[in-house]
Formats: sequence, structure tokens, C-alpha cells
Amino acid sequence: MDYEVVIGLEVHAELATRSKIYCSCTTEFGGEPNTHCCPICTGMPGVLPVLNKKVVEYAVKAGLATNCNIASFSKQDRKNYFYPDLPKAFQTSQYDLPLCFGGAIEIDVNGVKKSIGLTRIHIEEDAGKLIHDAWADGTLVDYNRCGVPLIEIVSEPDLRSADEVKAYFEKLKSILEYIEVSDCKMQEGSLRADVNLSVRKRGQREFGTRTEMKNLNSIKAIVRAVEAETKRQIEELEYGGTIIQETRRWDDNKGESYAMRSKEEAHDYRYFPEPDLLPIVVGEEWLSQIKAEIPELPDQRKSRYVEKFELPEYDAAVLTSSKIIADYFEAAAAVNSNVKAISNWIMGDLMRAINEKEIEFSNIPVAPEDLAGLIGLIDKGTITGKAAKKVFDIMFETGKKPMDVVKEEGLEAVNDEAAILLAVKEAISNNPKSVEDYKAGKKQAIGFLVGQIMKATKGKAQPQTVNELLVKELEK
Amino acid sequence: MEITIETIEHVASLARLSLKEDEKIRLTSDLKNIISYVEKLNELDTSNIKPMEHVIPMKNVLREDIVNASYDRNEILKNAHESGEGGFKVPKVVE
Repeated sequence: MDYEVVIGLEVHAELATRSKIYCSCTTEFGGEPNTHCCPICTGMPGVLPVLNKKVVEYAVKAGLATNCNIASFSKQDRKNYFYPDLPKAFQTSQYDLPLCFGGAIEIDVNGVKKSIGLTRIHIEEDAGKLIHDAWADGTLVDYNRCGVPLIEIVSEPDLRSADEVKAYFEKLKSILEYIEVSDCKMQEGSLRADVNLSVRKRGQREFGTRTEMKNLNSIKAIVRAVEAETKRQIEELEYGGTIIQETRRWDDNKGESYAMRSKEEAHDYRYFPEPDLLPIVVGEEWLSQIKAEIPELPDQRKSRYVEKFELPEYDAAVLTSSKIIADYFEAAAAVNSNVKAISNWIMGDLMRAINEKEIEFSNIPVAPEDLAGLIGLIDKGTITGKAAKKVFDIMFETGKKPMDVVKEEGLEAVNDEAAILLAVKEAISNNPKSVEDYKAGKKQAIGFLVGQIMKATKGKAQPQTVNELLVKELEK
Repeated sequence: MEITIETIEHVASLARLSLKEDEKIRLTSDLKNIISYVEKLNELDTSNIKPMEHVIPMKNVLREDIVNASYDRNEILKNAHESGEGGFKVPKVVE
């Protein structure tokens, strides 16, 4: 039986404000337990929360960057439930009047473009952290994260595959990074996703029963969880079972999910308007101020790279997928106009070195100006392309300037015709078989001879000069 | 709205209250009375009245994004029923 999977995503992003949403405690990650706390964020009776202006601005920014409508009138509500990570026994969130609604972002999966709808973006507060291994007979609660501002971005059930989910999530992350409202560090929990997923027989109009999966802390985990849950639901239905509407927790180590709670015991949140916080009214003037702060977004930057730098669409997409990479590229392009070479180096050797060394792009030891400088040395013929790879690896290890590495390692290209000619003659006299083959019409034999010459000159001879001189000698 | 003993049990469980049987019976009748009293308001036609989103006619009471010192941890933990290792100690939570 042919099934179609239907997926919607709820993405939580911690906002990059300095202080918490309702008090002036720091939002800094980590810290000794309960040292970033005050009576407001630990839910003491009688305190009065006051909304952080930046939270509204960042959320509106995120809404504008994802083509949402911005509510001119918005309010906050209490979502009630008991759990030790929530000292007030309610989370301040938004229920029926979210700050942003009705947006869309475009994704591209293998060249197929698709618009994914955004239902809403609302503001809320993060909860504390439970530490289970502190004691055998109890759980330790750390409220440092309690009250850190979040936006929840809810998509429409428009996603149809793990690939689309990945593309959507990456696009969203990229937009949030570009507008600098969240640091999006998944390993620190700044960006988290819940996946709502159901399957239905292809052609069926109604949605199937959905499950919600929580605890997805990496893009890899999201993709794996989507694939596993799709398979689980289809198998369940194929064997005559039914899907139970429930919340499931993904265990990335085991590669499977398990039921946390079913609908019957699901929370009845009893939302009601938060009486301690006043409505948010984003008027024309404030809105246009925020609009003016929206920088160039990934798609616009991609088009600019294609038009201004005449880069292939593929290069432009890879370079602009992350703001840090795009900024790096532009810093290099500012000092060297050979943009295609810069693009090739970033997508090739630089990405490879980053993956091998498992470092963040923001911590690259090679400055963009130095990468541009290295490419300049190749273009000027100071070093060969082959030697450049070696220079790059040393630069990546040591952070040294390209010319310093070239000098220290003695990697300047040999352009001295006499020296190269010597190597050419030596190669010819040492390899009579290849010379014979060449003369007998096997032109490809020249490749072997070139290799010998490059070896003899330690890769420093200009390949073009080598070729010219070699052909000349052979034709004699 | 119909108020049954099940309604009382559901609301009590959401509020983490444990009630005795006679309390449930008494509360069922109390809540019935309260709800039917308030339901009188439904007789009014409010279709043309804008909902009151907040009781105080004010908006945009906001603070600037400035960090100030947090409380001393010992002060914060004074409110804990039990504490240790710099944290609040609560009964084991199993996810």
C-alpha cells in the first residue's frame, strides 16, 4: 500500500537577548545552578513581571523575515501545568492572539521549490532544567534557564518527507541566524524541534491520527526520528493496528521513540489571560523601525551572488546557507576578485578541513583575507595549484600567512626555464619506454612524464611551462 | 453546562487536589449553582461587543534589555523545601 506522510514542525528558538523575558537576570548559558535567578523567574508570590522590549522586537523580526502578518494587538496567557521545571506552575505564553501569524518560507529540495506555511510565531518563557543523576532519591532543579525568552514557530502540516523537513529546518535556522535573533546553538538547546507526524493512504483527503515527537536536538536526530516514526506508523497500519494520538520521546542513541503520554492523560492547559502583563500593541511606527533593521536574507543574498558575482546557483546556495560562511566569502571576495576560485576553495578544501577537524565555521584558523591571498599567489604564478594545497593545510594548522608558509617551506614555483628543462631532459633519458610510446602515437604517455617532472621539482614547476618544454623536447 | 461528579474529579485532578466522596458531592452541587448563576450572562447579546482582553486599559509596559545582578543563591534556595548541590531538590521525576 502506498502511504503519504504529513508533517508539521514546532520549532523553539531561544532569543539572543541579554536579560530574561520578565526580569533582569542574565540569559547566559550554563553557570552554577540557580545563580541566574531572582524572585520573578523563580515564581515567588507577589512579584510583578515586566516584558523585555527586545523580545517583542526579535519576535516581530522573525515574523517579518518569514512573511508573517504582525498582530497590531497581541496578549499573553498562562498555560497551566504542574512540573518541577516550572516554578510558577504555569508558563507564560500566548494562546489566541500570537504576535505573528500566517507566514511562509520557501524551501528547495533537489531543485524542486515549495512554499511551507507558518501558522504562527508566539513568545513564551523557557523552563528550568532537571538534573536526574544528582541524587538517587531525588531530582535537582536548576532555574537558570527559567525565563529565558523563546519564540515558538509553528508550521502548517505542509511537509511530506524527511528531506523536506530537513530543508525547512535548515532554512528556518539560516533565517534566524541572518536576522541575529537567536544563536541557534542546537548543542546548547537554543534551537529545538517537536515533530507532528501522521500517515495516510495516498489520495486520502483526511489526515491520519498524528503523534508528537519531542527531544530532537540535532538535524540528524530530526531526520532519523521522522524516518523511524513514518515506518512505525505504516507498519502499525499495515498489520491492522491503529495509531494512538500520543506524545513520544525520541531516543537518539537507540534510534527509536517511546510513548510518553497518551491523549487521555494529556494536559488540559486551562489557558487564561495573564493579568500581570499588559497587551502588546505594535503600531505603524514601531513596526517600520523593526522592518528597517531586517538585513539581507539568505534568498536575497543568494540572488545577489548569482547576479553580482556571476556564481553558479549551486555555489550561491551553499555559500549563503549560513551567514558565517557568506560573510567569510565576502571578506575574501573584497580583496580578491577571483570569486569562483574563492567559492571552490571554501566549498572544497575549507569545508573538508572543517569536517575533518570537527571545528565550527566561526573558529576557522585561516582568515578570509589569507585565503584570498593564497588564491592570489596561485593566480600570479608564485606557487602552483598543487603546492597551494600544501600551503593551505599548513595555514589551517598554524594560522600563518600564505606567503610566510611559502617561504618557510620553500614552495615558490619554479619558473626558471633552464631548471625545468633540466628536469625535462632527465625525465626523457630515464624513461625511454614512455618516450617510445609517445613517439608511437600514444599521446597519453606524456602524463606519466609530466608526473615524473613534477615529482623531481617537488610540485613547484609551473605545469604549463613543463608541458610546453616537454612537448618541444619530444618533438625534436 | 452540565456539572457532574466526573467534572469535579477532572478539575480536582488537574489541580492536584484529593477529595473525599462527600466533598465531591457537595462541590458538585456548589459548582452547579455557581455556573448556573454566571450563565445568566449568556442571556445578553454580546455579538457586537469587542471582547475585553485585559482589565487595565494600558498597553506596552516594557523594560529595556538590561542585565542586573541576580539574587544570591542562598537567598533563592531559602525557599526550597529541600535543597543541596546548589539546587532545589524535588521527588524523583521520571520522564
